[in-house]
Amino acid sequence: MTLLRLAFKSLRARSLSTTLTIFSIGLSIMLLVGVDRLRGATQVGFSGTLSRTDLIVGARGGGLPLLLSSIFHIGNASNNISWGTYQHFAHHRAVAWTIPISMGDSYHGYRVVATDDNFYAHYQYRRDKFLSFAQGHAPQGVFDVVLGAEAAQRLHDHMGRQIVLAHGIEEKSIFNHETTPFTVVGILAPTATPVDRAVYITLLGDEAMHFGWTDGTPPAIGEASPKLDLSKLKVDEITCFLLGAKSRVSTLYLQREINTYKPEPLTSIIPAYTLQELWGLFDYADTALSLVSGAVLVVGLLAMLIALYTALNERRREIAILRAVGLHARQIFLLFLVESTLIATAGTALGIVSVYSLLFALRGTIESRFGLPIALVGLSTRVELYALATVVCGALLGTIPALRAYRNSLVDGLNTP
Amino acid sequence: MTITPAISMRDVRFAYKPTYPILRVDELTILPGRRIFLHGPSGGGKTTLLSLISGVLVPQRGSITVLGHDLTRLSASARDTLRGSQIGYIFQGFNLIPYLTVAENIALPCDLHPIRRARIVAPTLSEEVVRLARLLDIRTHLKSPVTHLSTGQQQRVAIARAVIGSPALVIADEPTSSLDTDRRDAFLALLTEVISEAKKRNDVETTLVFVSHDRSLATHFDEALSLAEISGGYESAEVTSV
Repeated sequence: MTLLRLAFKSLRARSLSTTLTIFSIGLSIMLLVGVDRLRGATQVGFSGTLSRTDLIVGARGGGLPLLLSSIFHIGNASNNISWGTYQHFAHHRAVAWTIPISMGDSYHGYRVVATDDNFYAHYQYRRDKFLSFAQGHAPQGVFDVVLGAEAAQRLHDHMGRQIVLAHGIEEKSIFNHETTPFTVVGILAPTATPVDRAVYITLLGDEAMHFGWTDGTPPAIGEASPKLDLSKLKVDEITCFLLGAKSRVSTLYLQREINTYKPEPLTSIIPAYTLQELWGLFDYADTALSLVSGAVLVVGLLAMLIALYTALNERRREIAILRAVGLHARQIFLLFLVESTLIATAGTALGIVSVYSLLFALRGTIESRFGLPIALVGLSTRVELYALATVVCGALLGTIPALRAYRNSLVDGLNTP
Repeated sequence: MTITPAISMRDVRFAYKPTYPILRVDELTILPGRRIFLHGPSGGGKTTLLSLISGVLVPQRGSITVLGHDLTRLSASARDTLRGSQIGYIFQGFNLIPYLTVAENIALPCDLHPIRRARIVAPTLSEEVVRLARLLDIRTHLKSPVTHLSTGQQQRVAIARAVIGSPALVIADEPTSSLDTDRRDAFLALLTEVISEAKKRNDVETTLVFVSHDRSLATHFDEALSLAEISGGYESAEVTSV
């Protein structure tokens, strides 16, 4: 008990070096735990990109490209699905709902997603969140457009504005659908998912833009372009569709049925699995981050070792006095060990408390700005493990100056150099 | 009836390195209750001798008996406990733990050793600290950090720590060398007074071993020994009466 008091007072007397050391360990812990928590949040956020959707169905092709093109708007679908096939599965008795998606145009680099009301009714992300409107409503007319939150914010588009969509998905498009301007009727609330980075029109709106086109090309120059007749618009094809089954159990046999559908070659994927597969690709970056923060922690602990070790020489007199009043050499060892353990413990506690208060304070900003659901990530056994490891490493490193002090106390005796 | 000597050394050889003996004492006996002046030049092995007596160092040969305990037969921690509970030690300078207050420095031996705590005169430890501080005129500094004290005050705190809980042996290693002549005499007077006061109150025979290179101090003590005499020749150390 006296030893603990001595260690505490000795640390307090060297408050500057003690504080700095505690801070350096605290910062390392903050980084380590922060990276870990953010990674956890990233994973939760990522796998929450799409939820409650049992299958994504597209033309025959790879599962990963289908997920990337349909949900993340990266790359293109290999082929389309006929409206008839879509209708067949939309009215399948095991299917609860479907969301048809048709893509191929863009607006200042943001994908134009043609879909129907099911999208606003059934699309769910982060377990149980539905889409909602910050302003306006879902597109009803053929030339209505709804903007994703990020698209609206970046392009400073407001309600009622007329916009012209571009053909193709390139940032600088060579062809704009100038004859068919759209009116902004709604802006979606932020979701921190790829939904924010797209604009939404109706399926018929998509057809209207391409009215009179043949095989994906507009009427040639000089060729008479037919006058748009809304009554003649009909949907022939969609790019893919999302599907919610009536029961989870039926998902697997639905998937088999779709994959072996004779009239048209299709691919269906279970998004949760494919998301996980995609996440696996980021694993190495993850490991690299952890390694870097681990290395920072080692530096922090070494700073403690240096601080304690350099103080040894000026403390030889103190050790001689403690020996004179009857402290055993092993108690001298223990005193130094207790000091390093106290520093490591204080640093760890400081780091964990500050990283959690920081994450707590910034959780709203982090969630809305970066789409990382921090609030869903609490204390984990991994953090407890980090904390324990830091304290143990601190104590282990502390044995180095402690052993030196022990040896000094035996060699110096009562000599006060 | 024979009196058990406070310190008895016989045929002692000590060397930090095996081939280079630094200290040799053929025979030294110090009776309890005596105030001994031990003279030796600087760097003459005085501190080594005191380290042997206080059980921090162990001789390669010979036997040392302190307060009835044969140090060469005691374990290291038993020697440490004996030193802490029965011996008060005053260094040449820088006697105090820098991160403790004056009061905490004085009370330290009693905090560590129940035996010394049991022997205090006042009813509580803090009262005992105040009593000694008043005696040594450092009463007003008890709460201060030690760095605020002058050298003379620091040495008086060292006396208080050495005598608290009435140890049977007080060793002072050149305690006056950092003081000027006036303060030195005042220090010696105080040390003598505090030790005889402890003797009066506790009825214990406190032995004082005072080491200095300054021969002129010898007059303040019951006996004077010379390190050269006890360690120099093959003859046993002579005790010269003053």
